[in-house]
Amino acid sequence: MRLLEVNNLTTYYKLKEGYVRACENISLNLDKGEALGLVGESASGKTTAALSLVKLLPENAHVMDGSIRLGGREISGATEEELRTIRWKEISIIFQGAMNALNPVRRVGDQIVEALRIHEKMSEKEACRRTAELFDKVEIDQERVREYPHEFSGGMRQRVMIAMAIACNPKVVIGDEPTTALDVMVQAQVLQLLEELRREWQMGMILITHDLSVVGETCDRVAVMYAGKIVEAGPTEKVFEQPAHPYTRALISAFPNIEGERYLASSIPGNPPNLLNPPSGCRFHERCQEVIAPCKTDDPASTELSSGHLASCHLLKRKVKL
Amino acid sequence: MNLPAYNKSALVVWKKNLKSFWLIYSQNIMGLLGLGILTFFALMAIFGPYLVSITTLTIDGVTQVMHPPTSNYWLGTDDLGKDVFAGVIIGSRVSLLVGLAATAISMTIGTSIGIISGFYGKFTDTLLMRFTDVFLVIPWLPLMLVMAALLGPSLGNIIFVIGITSWAGTARIIRSQTLSIKERPYVERARAIGSGDGHIMIYHILPNVFPLIFANTVLVAAIAILSETTLSFLGMGDPTQVTWGMMLHFAFSMGAVSFGAWWWLLPPGICVVLVVLSFTFIGYALDEVLNPKLRRRDQ
Amino acid sequence: MGPVNYPGNNNELIKISGLEVHFAARTGFISSLISKNSSLVRAVDGVDFNLRRGEILCLAGESGSGKTTTGKAILRLVEPTGGEVIFDGENVLQFNRSRLRKFRQDAQIIFQDPYESLNPRQTVFSTVAEPLEVNHLCSSMEEKEERVAEALKDAGLSNPGEIFIRYPHELSGGQRQRLAIASALVLKPDFIVADEPVSMLDLSIRAGILKLMVDLRDKKGICYLFITHDLSLAWLVSDRIAIMYLGKIVEVGTADAVIKSPLHPYTRALVSVIPVPKKISLAGRTLLKGETPDPVNIPPGCRFHPRCPEAAERCRDEEPLYREVSPNHFGACHFI
Repeated sequence: MRLLEVNNLTTYYKLKEGYVRACENISLNLDKGEALGLVGESASGKTTAALSLVKLLPENAHVMDGSIRLGGREISGATEEELRTIRWKEISIIFQGAMNALNPVRRVGDQIVEALRIHEKMSEKEACRRTAELFDKVEIDQERVREYPHEFSGGMRQRVMIAMAIACNPKVVIGDEPTTALDVMVQAQVLQLLEELRREWQMGMILITHDLSVVGETCDRVAVMYAGKIVEAGPTEKVFEQPAHPYTRALISAFPNIEGERYLASSIPGNPPNLLNPPSGCRFHERCQEVIAPCKTDDPASTELSSGHLASCHLLKRKVKL
Repeated sequence: MNLPAYNKSALVVWKKNLKSFWLIYSQNIMGLLGLGILTFFALMAIFGPYLVSITTLTIDGVTQVMHPPTSNYWLGTDDLGKDVFAGVIIGSRVSLLVGLAATAISMTIGTSIGIISGFYGKFTDTLLMRFTDVFLVIPWLPLMLVMAALLGPSLGNIIFVIGITSWAGTARIIRSQTLSIKERPYVERARAIGSGDGHIMIYHILPNVFPLIFANTVLVAAIAILSETTLSFLGMGDPTQVTWGMMLHFAFSMGAVSFGAWWWLLPPGICVVLVVLSFTFIGYALDEVLNPKLRRRDQ
Repeated sequence: MGPVNYPGNNNELIKISGLEVHFAARTGFISSLISKNSSLVRAVDGVDFNLRRGEILCLAGESGSGKTTTGKAILRLVEPTGGEVIFDGENVLQFNRSRLRKFRQDAQIIFQDPYESLNPRQTVFSTVAEPLEVNHLCSSMEEKEERVAEALKDAGLSNPGEIFIRYPHELSGGQRQRLAIASALVLKPDFIVADEPVSMLDLSIRAGILKLMVDLRDKKGICYLFITHDLSLAWLVSDRIAIMYLGKIVEVGTADAVIKSPLHPYTRALVSVIPVPKKISLAGRTLLKGETPDPVNIPPGCRFHPRCPEAAERCRDEEPLYREVSPNHFGACHFI
């Protein structure tokens, strides 16, 4: 039984001018102890998709459709009460810029203790002990429990947020750009930490990022999103070595590779589409270098290229046909 | 190269900004109400005095004194037989003018001190802020009364007094915003291209504090009008001018209360209240328009 | 790709020697009464390098290395507390106000954040026209419009006339950064400090901006001090790379030399964690322990020794000399 199964998740934002189709027909799966990378640029819908899982969306967001099964249990229709028991305890999120989410006038340890006491109904002593344990797990000196956020560096604050996220041994951890704004060395350290924690506790992890390298280093599988849809998904190695979708190919070639040649790839021309009025057919067709006639009118269905490797592109169908 | 003349573009930019501003402002009911009331009084102040016969304000010994409203005298007469309705109309012009003039003085002083103090910091800032503190700390009403009493009851003096006692709050607010804007990268960029201090203050700081200034002006105007009314009511006003405050002053001192002459007491007071209310409503609406974070999400 | 050699005696445009930027650290009121020594933040602590016309030198390092402060100190946006900055034969640090203003026409800067480095109330036209107005460079409106349109075109913004009246918030991130570049270009500078110019842009847009910078170098001979924390970008666009740590340069060499055969242990560690777009494990990377210390507490001897995987006794006592280890490849370490 899969840990997390998402099918046809669709979320729209209601604006005065209409509906922004932030994510449409998102389907993904996660097994125990597996790490899935959700890659896309800004406004690709990746954060919306992740937050839709636990309905932590702004007021004007509506989850229109989709089934979300956690450990076999359907949670897409869960009430706010039920969601409160799921959030943090079963599915936990490390938000973007979380390292700035700590209350600057309270000691770091106290903030974790408080959260534990409210949600887990622990006694003060137990909560303190657990906090010290968590600090250990994220490799911060236990004595620093009594310090204030401004005394921690960015990387350490991110570790504190990770500690808070795993406090209740959740089944799934979602990290939304957990290493943006961190130095490359600190980023490597934090990713290594996440990897260790995942292996130790067999947590499922979804890493949302715009940085392909983060995915390459930590994820077993990757799903590439563009304009609210998943355009390609599969095992990380396969997707990097044999990218099937033109967008994935463009992303990979835009990435500077010190093991390759020293040249500047061209940018993808144009801008991501306005999701109030997405283009007809394939949403990438306006910027695609390999566009053919059906791309402008028909939304490509997903084609399975090999076990576990799927992509949605009309060009693939042609290849298969021939 | 075929380029549009920039002079034309400036106008286009202006119209563009006004349009987008109005688009959001017009959604705010409070703002529209406030604007409506203010427009009404503005029209009254501009055109009213031409429509009302001035002769009804002269004492002719014929008209009944302290008389309730009749078909000729819509708001009755005062203790000397003057037409209250005419008084209210004519008073609107002076009351509003005094309020606006005093506001202009107050905002100019407050904004200048706020920006200069915030921009230069250090010694200049300390000096100017301590000076501001003096005006903040001394109670507004006694200060105004003392100055009015010393300078004498003329319209010019009233405007002056109100203007120089109400700038301190503005200065503090503007300084605070200046401190924040000063640190923005675009100010550093302005330095990098060779801008001097004056240029930065006028072209970078000022335009970005402008929304704050605008919102603040509206509230200061309300206070200014109220201050003029207060001063006049307490007897510091210019007795040769007809203002709402003066009307209230004479009404009270000539025993309108005991006489029960509501037609003389209420109208000026209600007018002041309505004008101040309209400014406050506009102020709230402006806050919402100019601070995008306060708007509702689907706007 | 390579530095454009201009005819003339001196190809070297900028020479920095012993540049220092020290700040007094803010201490609380009480502690400033009690203790006599105020701590010093030695953000830039003795930096030497030179830059030739048409060259792209990358200043790379993590946060806290002092690279941004160095860039700004050269332009005197931050006042250096010691050292020399020789620009075209003259010492920038001794310029008076009017000479400094003229210098600012020759040396420009592009900031990291395209969202915050543009005044939201200035139109595209006035943003690019402002440098011309402030320096009284145009005698007529027509001339101004011509120069603004030319700068916008050079920055890759097509149809300049159309966007004159747009505001920054109506442009995309990439377009905004091009606008910032245009406003730097309009003064026809010889030297541009680019402070992390693409780190806040989407991956697919970065290449375009970097290409623009290199094209401008090829066409107009502008030299760049390219400041970044991303070594793979440094490798792609620079001629030479200088690695900074805690206020000092630890290694300088051509891009290929520094990335493919790094000398200093810090450089080696940084190079080993450079992200690559393929499936790779974190094992086998040199992950340093801890983070860059505060510039208030700089370790004695070699400032990298607390984190260095190859540190020895000597490293704690003696600061290593900065010297040429192989042709045009400099480093400061006892063991190279």
